[in-house]
Amino acid sequence: MELTGAEIIMKVLKEEEVDAIFGYPGGAVLDIYDALAKTDLRHFFVRHEQGAVHAADSYARATQKVGVALVTSGPGATNAVTGIASANSDSIPMVVITGQVSSALIGNDAFQEVDIVGITRPCTKHNYLVKDIKKLAKTLREAFHIARTGRPGPVLVDIPKDVTIAKTEWVERDLLKMRSFNPTYKPNKKQLCKVIDLIKEAKKPVIFAGGGAIISGASEELTKFAQATNIPVTGSLMGLGSFPGTDPLWLGMLGMHGTYRANMAISECDLLIAIGVRFDDRVTGKTDEFAQNAQVVQIDIDPTSIQKNVPVKIPVVGDCNLALQYLNVKIDEEEDKASLNGINKDEWLQKISDWKSTTPLKYDHNGQIKPQYVIEKLHEFTDGDAIITTEVGQNQMWAAQYYHFNKPHHFITSGGLGVMGFGLPAAIGAQVGCPDKMVVDIAGDGSIQMNIQEMATAVQYGLPVKIVILNNRYLGMVRQWQELFYDGVYSSTTLDHNPDFVKLAEAYGAKGLRAETTDQVEAVLKEGLETKGPVIMEFVVEREENVYPMVPAGKAITQMLLV
Amino acid sequence: MEEKHILSILVDNEPGVLSRIAGLFSGRGYNIDSLSVAETIEPDISRITMITTADRVIIEQIKKQLHKLINVIKVYDLTDQKYVQRELALIKVHAKSENRAEILRIVDIFRSKVVDVGIDHFTIEISASIEKLEAFLMLLKPMGIMEIVRTGSVVIGRNNLKD
Repeated sequence: MELTGAEIIMKVLKEEEVDAIFGYPGGAVLDIYDALAKTDLRHFFVRHEQGAVHAADSYARATQKVGVALVTSGPGATNAVTGIASANSDSIPMVVITGQVSSALIGNDAFQEVDIVGITRPCTKHNYLVKDIKKLAKTLREAFHIARTGRPGPVLVDIPKDVTIAKTEWVERDLLKMRSFNPTYKPNKKQLCKVIDLIKEAKKPVIFAGGGAIISGASEELTKFAQATNIPVTGSLMGLGSFPGTDPLWLGMLGMHGTYRANMAISECDLLIAIGVRFDDRVTGKTDEFAQNAQVVQIDIDPTSIQKNVPVKIPVVGDCNLALQYLNVKIDEEEDKASLNGINKDEWLQKISDWKSTTPLKYDHNGQIKPQYVIEKLHEFTDGDAIITTEVGQNQMWAAQYYHFNKPHHFITSGGLGVMGFGLPAAIGAQVGCPDKMVVDIAGDGSIQMNIQEMATAVQYGLPVKIVILNNRYLGMVRQWQELFYDGVYSSTTLDHNPDFVKLAEAYGAKGLRAETTDQVEAVLKEGLETKGPVIMEFVVEREENVYPMVPAGKAITQMLLV
Repeated sequence: MEEKHILSILVDNEPGVLSRIAGLFSGRGYNIDSLSVAETIEPDISRITMITTADRVIIEQIKKQLHKLINVIKVYDLTDQKYVQRELALIKVHAKSENRAEILRIVDIFRSKVVDVGIDHFTIEISASIEKLEAFLMLLKPMGIMEIVRTGSVVIGRNNLKD
């Protein structure tokens, strides 16, 4: 059966069980869009290519499937780059299809031509330019395989227009073999046995879970492991939800805006079991003083993450879920259970509990609406069960601190790259993937304006996303740094010319609500969350509220500024 | 402490692969001291021989990062193994009449050869290990070296390659 390149793309997408694509048409992808219109694939027409990629990213996180974005050549492709780089930092499985000018024109500085394969080489897991239609199906299949296998990541496939028009024989799927790509899933059991021995000796152990624990689906095994060994758990921003945020063993997030007890526990612990983390600088602070008393165990599927920033005593390369399964089996088999679950640990747990009671997460309730209060109320009104997306900055940190995530795949944030403008398109992607869930974007007034155009997408497809804008008329996090470290010189961080967000919501055909005083917060949240369609809820918050604790850049994580 | 390492890297023989490797080094601030690339006996596989200098932890990262690239099939570190190393150089050296005999003597001692002669210069071809090549250049330097073109090292293990 002869098919055009465009038809082959559709067939492979079907084969890969793709059920939603996010994209934006243009000259180089006209034939792909024509073929798309003749399938039953759901396509979500965004208003900016960056939105398409963030939506695909978030769809992937909410559903654990591969996200797919489709954009045109040139500016379409360059607009997609931020989203691709973000997905790369956060290890999100995604295939981005970009149109390219016709093969004959490549290299000619043609209209809407850029070398997107060259541009995205350092920010994709892998990328391809398909010059031969005979290789199209195989390349797309490889792209999906690479995107979801091992440490996931975005793969870009650049397809010249003439390849989408040309015809070739359709070749059925064969066993996919790649001689140069075979990630290690099964962890080394000897290494894991050493972990058990270390747990027996440890008096002050801590588990540190990251995005890898969520991606590998290890939450259940992680919870079992921590509870069986009675070891407290902290998490990176990407690890929130991997362990129940309301469990007594939960320490809260660590790092620059981590809790006091998490950061103190890290610096005092004698054993640190790191699961699916890469020891980002926002987590470690000054690396020389990070966990300096601890023997470090690091479990990760990506060997390059191990021993990169922090010296590791026991490296374990493999899938976090498989590693934890094995550890749990070993724990079950152990005859002397007491040696594992904590005859030595009472003192340690007591110390942590003291840190919690003397220095909890807290904020001053006086004055104007407190952003932290809004998030606490949001948690209450959504039973802690909403999918929360965030923008980047104070809104993101308060969401991380105060929403107390209990389940994985419920906190969707641009962690590694830190992209302002992520939250709204991410809410759209999550809502497409999980139509029955409550999806809330926690936003700042600065960030929301970076991709506000996606309101039109939400309204067009009737996606009932809820947007909580914590409006302080500042770029709050940058302002906070300026207040603390730049003598209060608020250089270009004041947002005195914000639009009227309620009217803006209405202009898009959505609902807009505003709370200006603390006593209006509950009513606005209640009405907003109960409304069927998309809603913007604006909360006029205390202007100069800061995120605390805060570790100044380059300092040890024990050197926290507290409220 | 910084160490010199010799890496022998098998890669897919495809457009863009060298750029991925060069990009990895520039993007992460690693050094490339020398680099040579050519097809192997299997036409769809190329071998890159690279010399890089860094401390031990970074060398480990370099090897792991290289291996992570989808087009990289195998990374061998030959540094602590037995190997034969050669580099080819073409050297254009001033050859005034009073120096000609001396240059030819040096060429002879190093088992290199004169491949082109001009009115006032020789062009010499030498294939040697880096140490020998450096020694050769040191001896020629006083004569006045006009131009040098070097290929970068190629290295082959004396036994079967181990990771």
